[in-house]
Amino acid sequence: MTNPHQSTMTLRRYLVLAMVTLTGSVGDTFLSVGAKQVGAIPLDHLGQLFAAVFNPWIGGGIILLIGFFASYLTALSWADLTYVLPASSLGYVVVALLSKFWLHEQLSLYRWLGILFITAGVGFVTRGPALTEHAAAEPLQSQEGVCP
Amino acid sequence: MNLASNASNGSTAAMIASIVVSATAGDVLTASAMRKVGDLDLIRAHRGLPGAIRAVLGNLRFLAGLLCMAISFFALLFALNHADLSLIAPASASLTFVSNAFAAKFFLKENVDRRRALAAVCVCIGVALLAH
Repeated sequence: MTNPHQSTMTLRRYLVLAMVTLTGSVGDTFLSVGAKQVGAIPLDHLGQLFAAVFNPWIGGGIILLIGFFASYLTALSWADLTYVLPASSLGYVVVALLSKFWLHEQLSLYRWLGILFITAGVGFVTRGPALTEHAAAEPLQSQEGVCP
Repeated sequence: MNLASNASNGSTAAMIASIVVSATAGDVLTASAMRKVGDLDLIRAHRGLPGAIRAVLGNLRFLAGLLCMAISFFALLFALNHADLSLIAPASASLTFVSNAFAAKFFLKENVDRRRALAAVCVCIGVALLAH
């Protein structure tokens, strides 16, 4: 029998969360680089959007975002939404750091403060349990549930 | 001409609300579907990657979640076409964090304790600050 208070997170699962964070943020950054290379697409030439997919940065970004969605769904299959979302929000921090050190954008004091708040939020949530144990909680409250 | 000047406060709020509601519905439906499907690592170990993909795509709740995510994406595009990115992106992202916490508590019966609520608030403030 498993202890309901025991952490269900393993090294592999932390790696999946890291995948969610990295593929999402690096994918967005790739799209941003590609979008700047392709230039503005006018509304009456939306067909150019399809051609933009063949830009290596945009193509790479799309592949990374498919990886993001696959790892996000995997994480949701063993962790709560209110665990996965804040934990993967570290991606905002990665995007901000990539913007500064790769794209050479300026980070204001507000943005550094934002990074601090997000990191604190991630720290709070990842120190707690990843999954709500419904099956273990119900019999204690109602005395009706029967665990196999 | 600045498109943002054309959008009144009311319509901007309605656009942000549309993004937040559809994004939250998408996240909650997807999370609920994945809970029903079960541990994808185990499914992949038993039935391989095609089996895992079939399990996910065969779930109606997942498809409904995907539809809501698509609506949210187009609502975001529409809003960006009418109002400033610096308002729409952080407002919708941070409000979605809070609405997800409420929706997860009431619909998914997740244990949103003080720790998780504090995490949602911290991330919400952080996202808003990143927009500056």
